[in-house]
Amino acid sequence: MLRTFRIGGIHPPENKIASSSKIEVLPLPEVAYIPIGQHIGAPATALVAKGDKVKVGQLVAKSSGFVSANIHSSVSGTVSGIESIVDASGYPRPTIVVAVEGDEWEEGIDRTETLKEQITATPQEIVKLVAEKGIVGMGGATFPSHIKLMIPDGKVAEVLIINGVECEPYLTADDRLMVERGEEIMVGIKLLMMSIGVEKAIVGIENNKQQAIANLTALSKKYSGIAIQPLVVKYPQGGEKQLVKATINREIPSGGLPIDVGAVVQNVATAFATYEAVQKGKPLIDRIVTVTGGGIAKPSNFMVRVGTPISQLVEAAGGLPNGQLKVISGGPMMGKALPTISSPVTKGTSGVLVMPSEMATRPAASECIRCAKCVSACPMGLEPFLLNKLSVRKLYPELESRKVTDCIECGSCSYICPAGIPLLDYIRTGKSAVMHAIRTRKK
Amino acid sequence: MNTTILLTVITLSLLGVALAVILYFVAEKFKVYEDPRIDEVEALLPGANCGGCGFPGCRGLSDAIVKAEAMDGLYCPVGGNETMQAIAKHLGRVAAAKEPMVAVLRCNGAKQVRKNVNLYNGAPSCAVASATYAGQTGCQFGCLGFGDCVTACSFNAMKMDEETGLPVIDEESCTACGACVKACPKVIIELRKKGPKNRRIYVSCASKDKGAAAKKACGAACIGCGKCVKTCPFEAITLENNLAYIDFNKCKLCRKCVAVCPTSAILEVNFPPRVKEEEASKSEEA
Repeated sequence: MLRTFRIGGIHPPENKIASSSKIEVLPLPEVAYIPIGQHIGAPATALVAKGDKVKVGQLVAKSSGFVSANIHSSVSGTVSGIESIVDASGYPRPTIVVAVEGDEWEEGIDRTETLKEQITATPQEIVKLVAEKGIVGMGGATFPSHIKLMIPDGKVAEVLIINGVECEPYLTADDRLMVERGEEIMVGIKLLMMSIGVEKAIVGIENNKQQAIANLTALSKKYSGIAIQPLVVKYPQGGEKQLVKATINREIPSGGLPIDVGAVVQNVATAFATYEAVQKGKPLIDRIVTVTGGGIAKPSNFMVRVGTPISQLVEAAGGLPNGQLKVISGGPMMGKALPTISSPVTKGTSGVLVMPSEMATRPAASECIRCAKCVSACPMGLEPFLLNKLSVRKLYPELESRKVTDCIECGSCSYICPAGIPLLDYIRTGKSAVMHAIRTRKK
Repeated sequence: MNTTILLTVITLSLLGVALAVILYFVAEKFKVYEDPRIDEVEALLPGANCGGCGFPGCRGLSDAIVKAEAMDGLYCPVGGNETMQAIAKHLGRVAAAKEPMVAVLRCNGAKQVRKNVNLYNGAPSCAVASATYAGQTGCQFGCLGFGDCVTACSFNAMKMDEETGLPVIDEESCTACGACVKACPKVIIELRKKGPKNRRIYVSCASKDKGAAAKKACGAACIGCGKCVKTCPFEAITLENNLAYIDFNKCKLCRKCVAVCPTSAILEVNFPPRVKEEEASKSEEA
């Protein structure tokens, strides 16, 4: 039976045009640009300098705090320096630049594709390896995964929820991973279950991925404790609060985390990366990126080394079409429009969406007509039209009392607004001001 | 019927009188004593309630002034020295005169000299654009041009110039209240001294990029060459992070720095046009 979350949600056209494109390994770049900040939290501290030789899988930047992650080199070659390279934000960020030479790997990494089912690691070793190998949330949020696996005192983990939802239109990376590397994912899920000490895991998959559901359901007969739950196709089902409600029907309290209701949520690609880290000794150095969109000749799903310039992916998918374009890193709802395609692929780049400007230009906004479509669409039960007005007028105390901090920035309100008002743009500004005030208040 | 009306009138009248008496005593008991000078000082203030003084509205400032012992640190930028002297006289205190200030935009990046490298299609607000990415041009420090500062000004002293894409500050209307300074997410509006005869000189650039990158993004950028620092006879200019800055307390308005700046990043405001030395010598010969 299909399940879903109850409040809000929208149904943008799915456009999963790359869903039947098999995963293709992209050739190595000539120069790799590895940013030291590819995760939520403090950027890592670089360990290499100009002239150093590096191998694939070598630790090149160390986690710099509790909420931080290790970064490993995805290529072998010579470090040409630590430079300021413009990333997806448009701002230059410290990046380790490596001139690629050959494809030499660190010792101890199993590069074969044979499945390694037998688990010999202890729960503590699993968490340690997840941290050591630089695993972060692969859904795009890039939260350091080992932190989620360390259950705080006073909380109990009852179930592991695996996010195979991929609710963003156009993106198909997780879909192809579930179809082609399903068994590795199941072992990865087993490893995660062991690390937090739960007997039960639920994989949520939206119903537009029939092949993935079939593949994993068949495999689940072999792996006890893992249940596959098909879900109604609705955005933003991949949001952890929505996913927890849909799969186990529990509501995370405002300001809370999934562990407050006994759940730990991880993306399906993170489960795959965990398998590679624990069973194969391989750190997080590559990922699947969907290159798609109305302007792309050959929609594809590439297995790409972190640090490859996005321009190389676009070339491999048929190149940029003529005319004015919007190129988005991520999906059309929560992705970031890129000011340049020379930026590198990072651990969180789930897709590259190329849209001709006729398809992507926002219309000029008109006035709010109080239709309340945004209220119906908000998956967190907020009132976007009001939060928008308060943000524009900078009425921060009232914004806080109206729970702007609950906003997950999914963009459903902007999408559904018939007046074309960029609601989320202003709400985000207001939310960030309120969060800053809250942070400075506690001091 | 007459008795009914009579009884009603008497009952209501007695009720009214009784309530009035109660109200009178209650009002006396709960009366809040306020220094009458607070009302008087408030009347002397402009009444714009702009918050430029740092207090909540004009009454907030008059409250603070009356309760304080001296006038130090209390200043209404809208009323200026005139208002503060009047208040000081009324309260029998002395107020130090402050130099009038004005808001100044530290950016030369007009559309003509700073080209767009991408098109922004988000909400037309500087705060939103600045939080989203580095901007439409190659300079991540410069004016975004969506006019959050113009919206913030309660004195109609700012206007967006459509041709240049930069805001223009009307020095007559500007009260230096600081609202635009707070509104600008790039922090490139500064309050500087208005200057003798309203003349001032400042480096109209905020780019910390190295010279070549700054010049590539904008033709009128400060490239951090340091010529101005060497030329200034009063050591008023400092160079930090590839950007020159003129201390308005030290600047004596000699204009030597303006003459040597290779990119014309330093602006001189309200000066008569300079007679160039070559032209002067040519006219002497002729």
